[in-house]
Amino acid sequence: MTSHPESKSTSEIANEADIKVFDTTGYILENGFTVLVKIFGLGMLALLLFMIVVVAYQAFPAIQTFGIPFLFNTEWNVGSDEFGAAPFIYGTLVSSAIAISIATPVGIAIGITTSENFVPKNVRIPIAYTIELIAAIPSVIIGLWGIFTFVPAILPFQIWLNKTFGWFPLFGTESVGFNVLTAGILLAIMILPTVASISRDVLVAVPPEFRSASMGLGATRWETIFRVILPAASPGIIGAILLALGRALGETMAVTMVIGNSPTISASLLDPGYSIPAVIANEFAEAAGALHPGALLYLGLILFGLTLVVNIGAVLLVQIFTKD
Amino acid sequence: MQNPNNPSKSNAGETVIQLSDLVTDISVPAIQVKDLSFYYGTLKVLQGVNLDFRQNQVTAMIGPSGCGKSTLLKALNRIGELESKIKIDGKVEFFGQDIYGSNVNINRLRSQIGMVFQKPNPFPTSIYDNIVYGVRISGQSKSREELDETVETALKGSALWNEVKDKLKKSALGLSGGQQQRLCIARSLAVRPKVLLMDEPCSALDPISTLKIEELIQELRNTLTIVIVTHNMQQASRVSDYTAFFNTDESRIGKMVEYNQTAKIFTNASNSATRDYVAGLFG
Amino acid sequence: MSDQTQGSELIELTQPLPGIRANFSKAMTVLAFALTGLALVPLGAVLFEIFFKGLPYLTLEVLTSLPAAVGEQDVRNGFANAILGTLLMVGVASLGAIPFGVMAGIYLSEFGKEQPKTAGYIRFATRILSSVPSIVVGVFAYGVIVARIGGFSALAGAFALGTIMLPIVTLTSEEALKLIPTSVRQASAALGGNRFQTTFRIVVSAALPGITTGVLLAVARVSGETAPLLFTALSSQDWPQGLLTPAPSLAVLIYQYSTSAFPEQNRLAWTAASVLLILVIIVNVASRLVTRDRLSAR
Repeated sequence: MTSHPESKSTSEIANEADIKVFDTTGYILENGFTVLVKIFGLGMLALLLFMIVVVAYQAFPAIQTFGIPFLFNTEWNVGSDEFGAAPFIYGTLVSSAIAISIATPVGIAIGITTSENFVPKNVRIPIAYTIELIAAIPSVIIGLWGIFTFVPAILPFQIWLNKTFGWFPLFGTESVGFNVLTAGILLAIMILPTVASISRDVLVAVPPEFRSASMGLGATRWETIFRVILPAASPGIIGAILLALGRALGETMAVTMVIGNSPTISASLLDPGYSIPAVIANEFAEAAGALHPGALLYLGLILFGLTLVVNIGAVLLVQIFTKD
Repeated sequence: MQNPNNPSKSNAGETVIQLSDLVTDISVPAIQVKDLSFYYGTLKVLQGVNLDFRQNQVTAMIGPSGCGKSTLLKALNRIGELESKIKIDGKVEFFGQDIYGSNVNINRLRSQIGMVFQKPNPFPTSIYDNIVYGVRISGQSKSREELDETVETALKGSALWNEVKDKLKKSALGLSGGQQQRLCIARSLAVRPKVLLMDEPCSALDPISTLKIEELIQELRNTLTIVIVTHNMQQASRVSDYTAFFNTDESRIGKMVEYNQTAKIFTNASNSATRDYVAGLFG
Repeated sequence: MSDQTQGSELIELTQPLPGIRANFSKAMTVLAFALTGLALVPLGAVLFEIFFKGLPYLTLEVLTSLPAAVGEQDVRNGFANAILGTLLMVGVASLGAIPFGVMAGIYLSEFGKEQPKTAGYIRFATRILSSVPSIVVGVFAYGVIVARIGGFSALAGAFALGTIMLPIVTLTSEEALKLIPTSVRQASAALGGNRFQTTFRIVVSAALPGITTGVLLAVARVSGETAPLLFTALSSQDWPQGLLTPAPSLAVLIYQYSTSAFPEQNRLAWTAASVLLILVIIVNVASRLVTRDRLSAR
């Protein structure tokens, strides 16, 4: 019955055909593998939960000591043990707001130029590539460039802003270059690739039928983009903006190197400020005493909570839109 | 755990039948389908199928799209379970062993009942590695010479040896469609199955490759049992010894309508639907 | 369809669009590309400055010496210890993050369809993890390692870096594995392969280039991380001494030297930055070379 040159014995043939043979190694490998892999998968979930627990737990004593008023207290004085989160929350929010208002239009514009076929693919792709390269530059290097090149370069502009628009509270003080505005602009540069590449992905995912339907009705390309494509992609683009916001809120090095590190709240963007990541980075290693470390950990928890909310919203939006 | 010459299920009072008896008796069908109904989840797709696949014969399963012939084929090596939850009523027996039984080693089953798919699916490795894959994973330790011999035998068995003998280390993906399919056949042969299932093996191939594979099937029949699903009736009549015709009605449940020697089915079928189908009147 | 009803509405095909629509289109195109160009300026500026200011001082001495005290003359000065420290911590981080991440990626890819709910939660959690600010990861690492084992150490730094790498490796591995078509999995099963054999011998080995890309991207990302190291590994003027003591790193060194009052250190910051940038660029390019660029899909 077989083609094998040597004939097989009956029992050999029966052995082969027996499908009830229990293969111990195979069983162990297959089931062990299944279990092990699932453990690692669940490990990711466990890691996130563990992280939340550890950060919250460390902040807990400070929460008990300072309570909710901590969020509104505007004094931060290590020497006299006075700690308030308000200046940092303010600085974080304002610098991020500046960053988002710059990065959103520019990022969407890049998303459009790299997804629509204004230029051929072999121009679009290098552009998209290059923008993503910005994201690869470590934050501390952007900060270095910020201190020695960007600040001196932008100072004249800021001085001009103060001279011309000094009556407007946002530009009401004189600038020395290291302030919230500078930090916001640097942040914008850093989160730009996030907005651009996700916008691009989202715009590319819009069904081509939308485009052809609109153009087929006589609309120009830009009319199509504004009236059809962008609205269709808007949940994803909002997700991109949220994701970028999350990044901006948590960005540390570049911000701390140019924001001026002054725990004050001021209406003027040209005044120095401070952000939560910046103060933790600057003070945590040497923080001592009963209250200082706790205050910083409390700040860390606030930041964690803030970014979690923003990022969960972002991931959900992008996920829903790209139908994952 | 069982030992080799395990007795098959027996009725009370009958003598115990040894597996070795079944395997060496050529009149015993390699696979018997007994009153099989098949469900994907809760959706019934096959009803009450009774069919024997005889040893060293080619049995073709034909019928219009959606009649369940592919489903039945995949039920024979339980490959459908990779993707979905299934349920069955009835039985499928491989040399008397219930393949859906509780202590069946499903990987062992699949090495005994091989499958060639509609679209050739070689691994993205060398031709040599494709062929020895099945041997390597079966845990048998073989020397380099034994493996080389296996490769040569398998490739000769699928009429591909002369075309690739000088490039065994080259990527399998560099072969043409017809060659890839013959490679897939060789890959299955290397494992020495008793039965080879073929799911529309030529539908993605050109006519010349199709012819080559049909010739191959004729030769392979001497050493294996072959079950082939095809939507090409002429192919079924050229290639098979027995044919089973499947059809479906408004209920969308597949049923086997008629099963007989191929010549009979194509020239003088008993059922009117069969006659209409082979005459090209529908499907 | 008589001429009379059509004639009054018939528009010459050659008549140009009304001014507003045509100008709007042109203006938008110009604006969009202007903004795109604008965005590329900082990139060019940064790269130019780093290399212009940093490369001239990139000597063998700098790559092989320990930092000298400020003001000392005729002493070898460099940051070799920082380079080693970065390599050490990234290396240890990878040891943990790669197997963990690839296995989690395998779970999501190979079991994601049959256990969609669990896989969905895990995937979501992984994406959230990948967006946690690195300073918070630092606080986490501080709480787990520094506060327990007592002391700032390279291990704590590596733990923080590994936590950052992990979700990246998981998500990119999942993507790479999913690219392998189901048909080869079926082929393996049809030959009698069990899940373990199919996954490792066929799927993972075919997806290896993609997985490697993901790993390299994660490595490039954490090589430049500074914030979490500031209170886990701290820094050091000496060579890294094992895992249980503070360790220097390129990123922290750049930070310290940039914000230092001493011009000699400021100068060296640029050089260190160019070394770090070269490292990051090389790893990034390598990761692209390993697989075909995913951007070429459109």
